[in-house]
Amino acid sequence: MSSAAQTTQAYAPTQLDLDADKIRRDFPILQERIRGKELVYLDNGATTQKPLSVLYALQRYYATENSNIHRGVHFLSQQATFAYERARGRVAHFLNAGDTHEIVFVRGTTEGINLVAQTFGRQELKEGDEILISYMEHHSNIVPWQMLCEEKGAHLRVVPIDDNGEFLFDEYDKLLSERTKLVAVTQASNALGTITPLKEIITLAHAQGVPVLVDGAQGAPHMPVDVQELDCDFYTFSGHKIFGPTGVGVLYGKRDLLEAMPPWEGGGSMIKTVTFERTTYAEVPAKFEAGTPNIAGGIGLEAAIDYVNSVGVANIAAYETDLLHYASQALEQIEGLRLIGTAQHKVGVLSFVIDEVHPHDIGTILDAEGVAVRAGHHCAQPVMQHFGVPATVRASLAFYNTRKDIDTLVAALNKVKEVMT
Amino acid sequence: MSELRELYQQVILDHNKNPRNFGALTQANRSQEGYNPLCGDHLHVHLCVKDDLIQDIKFEGSGCAISKASASLMTAAVKGKSTAEAEALFEQFHQLVTSAPDDPIDPDKLGKMAVFAGVREFPMRVKCATLAWHTMKAAVEDDETPISTE
Repeated sequence: MSSAAQTTQAYAPTQLDLDADKIRRDFPILQERIRGKELVYLDNGATTQKPLSVLYALQRYYATENSNIHRGVHFLSQQATFAYERARGRVAHFLNAGDTHEIVFVRGTTEGINLVAQTFGRQELKEGDEILISYMEHHSNIVPWQMLCEEKGAHLRVVPIDDNGEFLFDEYDKLLSERTKLVAVTQASNALGTITPLKEIITLAHAQGVPVLVDGAQGAPHMPVDVQELDCDFYTFSGHKIFGPTGVGVLYGKRDLLEAMPPWEGGGSMIKTVTFERTTYAEVPAKFEAGTPNIAGGIGLEAAIDYVNSVGVANIAAYETDLLHYASQALEQIEGLRLIGTAQHKVGVLSFVIDEVHPHDIGTILDAEGVAVRAGHHCAQPVMQHFGVPATVRASLAFYNTRKDIDTLVAALNKVKEVMT
Repeated sequence: MSELRELYQQVILDHNKNPRNFGALTQANRSQEGYNPLCGDHLHVHLCVKDDLIQDIKFEGSGCAISKASASLMTAAVKGKSTAEAEALFEQFHQLVTSAPDDPIDPDKLGKMAVFAGVREFPMRVKCATLAWHTMKAAVEDDETPISTE
């Protein structure tokens, strides 16, 4: 504990316009006790907790508005349709998309990427072409491209990272070629926390006429996103990682690209006319939304975005950066602990290993103290291979975490040696 | 803390630090790979089986304390046993770690393996404890497919 106390003095906090203690009261699960201990939830990279406003929005929808959308002439159907489309508008505003039609609702980031791979990718990719990703991608931004490349006889190229987990821009520059048909890159690494230089990555790709897909799963919840300013071609994120429900996510695509893409799944909602001879397809985004969507999910996501906006995305980013510095310094005091991922610009991800203790054992010991972290490869096995570790422990932050949470984490980590020897 | 102590007993910590029968086995005639993708536990079990007798057994790989200690104790338990006896031990062990936490256990029958009773309080760790056993069983049955406890 003494190390954490010293860190408090050594690190001068900035003035922040965010009251975490007040915010915590909006999240009922944070009042839960786990194994008799106060919950310290540090697994936000996996999923985030939900504020009351999101829970109420879901209940209100099912209690007073539930109906299928874009179908009935009856009152409830109009209400549900209005609410769902209002949510789409809120997402467009949140990402600063120029046009609401550019927002496709999907199940999550994974589905967003697969949608682009199976439509845009299948249409554009030919034998010998290349898709460029980075070494620190989540499996969901590796495997869909691998499957596509296998189908098309194309090749997956990978931009390396250095030992801090930084994206190697010069190597990226070298790998971009006339064979590159798409760059697919994360905004922030889930395993390392590294924030990639997106603006530069996109500018360079566009100079060669190559479109860019951004995996925003770990970005959108933690930093301001402006798709027009970034000029990315696709951007996708998950609702549940931004304090919304599971099973809903967003794919943003530039309208001209979306319109040129073939449809993905066939079914209701995505059609204009159907005969047995020929079907014509609906306009975007309906073209990509076959079947009854996750209506409540979309409405819950809207409530989550409203909540995030009420706190302020810039405030969140500044608060989490401050907490990340505090946590990094506190963890570095622990004997035998090595941080994996020490890039200059990071989201609140602290991946680490401790000498001679497997991450899985650390995870169990922390859990006994009420501290929830992830132990494993974080769906980023190539990253683990790069750093020569089978797995890491990962503490990932959100704006409801406090310095007290970090102090509890450090105290629990100090028990690891005691238990394991 | 008491549940943690129950899980990480001295025998387990000792076998984690100083695993028995660890390394390659040159005269092995059965080998099997075991992998737990959830946490990355990854091991190989090598056996030398003659006339249905496990003459020698070794394991190698990396994993958490529970999986490593379990592999170590498993090799010690089945070495010199017939394949039928090894499979019977597998059943006993599997029953132990998947039983309810307050179910009575028979220390005489289980021997050293009884130290894994604490795993019952941690359902997420059962896969760690059983990985080496599943891998051994598959090797005895000469199944070529890598074993996964997912």
